[in-house]
Amino acid sequence: MIYLDNAATTKTAPEVVEAMLPYFTEHFGNASSIYALGSASKKAVNAARRTIAESIGAKMEEIYFTAGGSESDNWALKAVAEAYEGKGRHIITSKIEHHAVLHTCEYLQKNGFEVTYLDVDETGLISVEALKAAIRPDTILISIMFANNEIGTIEPIAEIGAIAKKHGILFHTDAVQAFGQLPIDVEELHIDLLSASAHKLNGPKGIGFLYVRNGLKLRSFIHGGAQERSKRAGTENVPAIVGFGKAVERAMLMMEEKTQKELKLRDYLMKHLEEEVPYAFVNGHRKNRLPNNVNISFRFIEGESLLIMLDMKGICASSGSACTSGSLDPSHVLLAIGLKHEEAHGSLRLTLSEENTMEEMDVVVEEVKEIVDKLRAMSPLYEDFVKKQGKQ
Amino acid sequence: MYTEKVMDHFQNPRNMGEIENPAGVGTVGNAKCGDIMRMYLDIDDAGIIQDVKFKTFGCGAAVATSSMATELVKGKRVEEAMQVTNKAVMEALDGLPPAKVHCSLLAEEAIHAALWDYAQKHHLVIEGLKEPKKDIHEDEEEEEAD
Ligand SMILES: Cc1ncc(COP(=O)(O)O)c(C=O)c1O
Repeated sequence: MIYLDNAATTKTAPEVVEAMLPYFTEHFGNASSIYALGSASKKAVNAARRTIAESIGAKMEEIYFTAGGSESDNWALKAVAEAYEGKGRHIITSKIEHHAVLHTCEYLQKNGFEVTYLDVDETGLISVEALKAAIRPDTILISIMFANNEIGTIEPIAEIGAIAKKHGILFHTDAVQAFGQLPIDVEELHIDLLSASAHKLNGPKGIGFLYVRNGLKLRSFIHGGAQERSKRAGTENVPAIVGFGKAVERAMLMMEEKTQKELKLRDYLMKHLEEEVPYAFVNGHRKNRLPNNVNISFRFIEGESLLIMLDMKGICASSGSACTSGSLDPSHVLLAIGLKHEEAHGSLRLTLSEENTMEEMDVVVEEVKEIVDKLRAMSPLYEDFVKKQGKQ
Repeated sequence: MYTEKVMDHFQNPRNMGEIENPAGVGTVGNAKCGDIMRMYLDIDDAGIIQDVKFKTFGCGAAVATSSMATELVKGKRVEEAMQVTNKAVMEALDGLPPAKVHCSLLAEEAIHAALWDYAQKHHLVIEGLKEPKKDIHEDEEEEEAD
């Protein structure tokens, strides 16, 4: 099997699993309990919290564990909206955010908030000028993702942070794809809230965190016990938190080496697909791009068919076609960067890990070439195109 | 998510291709939704479908339903081909996921569109056959972009 869907999720690293196991068995205690068994769990939770805080230049008490990226996004937006509505009811975000942000914004709009969705250019970058122009006296929050999950484009986070700070507006970033892949310092970048999720960096699924800068007004997201400083009640998922800590430790140690490996693979794969498959083009930014992301559209074919055929060859990938999004519309991200529907339906996302090899890239290029040919032979769009070319 | 039959027809599509100077050809669907089907029919003087070919842009279910539809109409009389409904196509494939039922509708429409073209060319009236909905290509958009 060639696994190229690391933006969807990653393999839990063996050392992460190993670190977690004792917290299912001998260290099963509740972190809130007074006896030694409980305090072992509490210690482990706090050790993970420290590792994570340090990895983004935050303080321990600024890290709140959640059930993943979606919860962190929901919490960040709803909490700020609720706590700061006295100041204003306007939020700025972008058209290419993850649905965890976009659908939360739609929910807030139904509850009387106004949301500006910034356009992006053909590479997926927001315009800093447009952001400045969108700021109003009642703007309370800017939420722009660190890096996009589909096309890998990395947004100008430092500039956005500086603008937010200058205008006294809070800045949230969904760093679910960036965390563990790119260095992040919340002080340097002026980030006030940040979402992350463990399963994107070889940690377990169903655990994430929200970083919230000290001094921000923050309401409880889950009411109940005193866990997570009474903001997010519920007995801690100790094994998952321990696994998250281990995954972060691992990711920070490996980052440089992993990035170097992935960049080589990424650029090779992108170049060869683009050069060897006719009527194909890369989506996203060529430089400001996650080191593990390749996204390419093949004209005249549809993504789901491509994915099934790749699966039959043992290659796991994803697409922005409607059939894979569970709706009739193709990816909102690909439409936002200006693709036609047909081109968005024909997109292929390949997201690498440091475990992939050049040999695998060669196999993928060959298989993709063959499958695209096969699907084009079946495609009425291609038939029309060829006939039109013939006439000219 | 797909039945074995669907996978079989997707992997080994039957009657895929074109017919030169077909008795009837019809294209339905649109690129916006991600499915376009084209059916070519070769119909003899007795009104029997001697040959049928398809081309499809779309998901696995779209390819499989087109392929199955061609099998169901091949060798049939035009009136019999009218009885090949989306339900018949679905049943022949041992079912489709709920989100893909529209693909079988499209297959039915594609046959009807090809039959309509045949009827128009030969000044025939086929009972129960209505003019197909015009397919919406993104052509206009394309012209602008070029
Ligand atoms: C950018 C982004 N935000 C949020 C999420 C949601 O994360 P989770 O699956 O942990 O809820 C994802 C994961 O798909 C993502 O890529």
